Amino acid sequence: MSALKHPQILLASDLADGEVLFLGAEGWERDHRRARVARDKEEAAVLEGVGKAEIAKNRVVDVYLADVDVGADGAPTPLHYREKMRLKGPSVRPDLGKQAKGAA
Amino acid sequence: MTAHDPSLARPNTPVTTYRYDEFDAAFVRERVAEFREQVRRRLEGSLTEDEFRPFRLMNGLYLQLHAYMLRVAIPYGTLTARQMRRLADIADKYDRGYGHFTTRQNLQYNWPKLIDTPDILEALAEVEMHAIQTSGNCIRNVTADHFSGVAPDEIEDPRATAEFLRQWSSAHPEFSFLPRKFKIAVTGSEHDRAAIMVHDVGLRIMTNAAGDVGYQVVVGGGLGRTPFVGKVLRDYLPRADLLAYLEAVMRVYNRFGRRDNKYKARIKILVHEKGIEEVRAAIEAEFVAMDRGVFSYDPTEFERIAAFFTPPPYEALPAESAKLRAERVAHPAFGNFVEVNAAPHRVPGYAIVTVSLKPIGGIPGDATSQQMRVLAEASERFGFGELRISHEQNVILPHVKQDDLFDLWKLLDGAGLATANAGLVSDIISCPGLDYCALATARSIPIAQAISKRFSDLSRQRRIGKLGIKISGCINACGHHHVGAIGILGLEKKGQESYQITLGGDPTFSASIGEILGPGVTAEQVPDVIEHIVDFYLAERQEGETFIETWRRIGHARFKDVLRREGEDGADI
Repeated sequence: MSALKHPQILLASDLADGEVLFLGAEGWERDHRRARVARDKEEAAVLEGVGKAEIAKNRVVDVYLADVDVGADGAPTPLHYREKMRLKGPSVRPDLGKQAKGAA
Repeated sequence: MTAHDPSLARPNTPVTTYRYDEFDAAFVRERVAEFREQVRRRLEGSLTEDEFRPFRLMNGLYLQLHAYMLRVAIPYGTLTARQMRRLADIADKYDRGYGHFTTRQNLQYNWPKLIDTPDILEALAEVEMHAIQTSGNCIRNVTADHFSGVAPDEIEDPRATAEFLRQWSSAHPEFSFLPRKFKIAVTGSEHDRAAIMVHDVGLRIMTNAAGDVGYQVVVGGGLGRTPFVGKVLRDYLPRADLLAYLEAVMRVYNRFGRRDNKYKARIKILVHEKGIEEVRAAIEAEFVAMDRGVFSYDPTEFERIAAFFTPPPYEALPAESAKLRAERVAHPAFGNFVEVNAAPHRVPGYAIVTVSLKPIGGIPGDATSQQMRVLAEASERFGFGELRISHEQNVILPHVKQDDLFDLWKLLDGAGLATANAGLVSDIISCPGLDYCALATARSIPIAQAISKRFSDLSRQRRIGKLGIKISGCINACGHHHVGAIGILGLEKKGQESYQITLGGDPTFSASIGEILGPGVTAEQVPDVIEHIVDFYLAERQEGETFIETWRRIGHARFKDVLRREGEDGADI
């Protein structure tokens, strides 16, 4: 197994509404806490492969891996502020985006 | 309610805006139908994203951080009350109850669903609006002075020229796939409110010695990664040559503009690399060699278009309103609003009113659907049903009787639209930044909010005077930071948001690109740094001097030195 510098999750945008999605154990999730975490390069490659297949099925667009930190509860949190922002929604409109639904 | 219901009467119907003819209307309807089919094919899977992307961009639809974004064109910033209401209705029905007015005089919806976008475009088409050429490598929405037709210093209303160019450039077959986007701005006044010096092509309406109206043509300006002030291509271009000459400009750019590197694909790079003389020679050669018959000037057509922009039926009024004078004294807050947000009008007894979309601590350029409706109502009650969107992300009511200003102010105040800060330090231009934009490297809106709150005292703002702060969340410079008297650029530095400050930018005829003050600072430090800069300016300015005048007189180094002393070792500033 080839080690990753950081664990990773797969993000995408829903084709129909553009909302941020996370690849989970049973498909796309809208809550990042249900994202499947890759802990080595092989697992990351599997996630990417699923992502490519999902692009081909026209379910999602803009698929990419992001580095995360995994908390004691097993929930991943992206390391970069850009993806942290995507988890929630606009920082200037807490009434909009995922944060408004209580997902982040 | 009957057809004779007096409540339906609208005495102030818009009379100074372009109206679609059958060709215009059919063209837009066909584009909507075409896009509806493309969306259907995308959702059913017969178009891939790579195939679909150029189609959606041709219709102003982007994919951003949290959702899709639809950019709606507001040609030369002119809107009718009916159009503004439709924008509000769309915000409620298909988005989340608000819209964002941009520096390109457009409106952006931040949350549309892909499947709804054809319906949105259809709703726009019903009121003669669209999203065509608000994206993509084509000639973008033509912008113009937001005081068009009412500015006292105007030679000619630039909107006729802008509309003339819109019709020429819309779906132009030769220029639909340029090396990159191309932006044209037009002004007709002695003072530039359209930032023509920092557009790919800037047109300044002027007269020659014989008194004929024509254009000074400026080329190669632009902000972004590599900012340049444009250079004069022609001191005077007769109106009869306008379309043919711009055709020559576009052909030279289309032929020689770099396609190997998208960051170097703008005409400003061509002008910079080849020099203005070589570019001018190529354009003039093309202009001489081309078949100009196709683009020959039809004065009848220009006059037909110009007739849409004739003045509304103003009343004959005294130059100054006694009623206004008394109300200003009786209501100091109103008096401040008039002092700051009302500008002189070319017609006696009238004023141009800037409605600030920059409430203290608010999001620059955002308007709720309810505010849009209030603005529509305000334009109908007090301004012939016409509105303008400024590149400074504000809304202009261009024809308000001085006698009506107090009632207008009360209406605006009730909707949170009466902030008396037009042109002052809290009237900040800001791009959406990383709160929405997929390209951004840092947030810009929270920085604007923090500065606005720091300078929340409007009387202090008036003492400081006109001072433009402009903020961009990445080097693409949608917030025009390069031409801010104080510019702020959000970048990423070691995984953190970092803000680079520039001083001395100027978007007018005396255009200049701001100079970097020093290393970037954190978001938390920005308000302090801005306050130090402003305090230093106040200490150094001479009577009547603007910030940019003081900065030019005493030099950038003085500002840099004093701020270096303010920091512990200068490294943070």
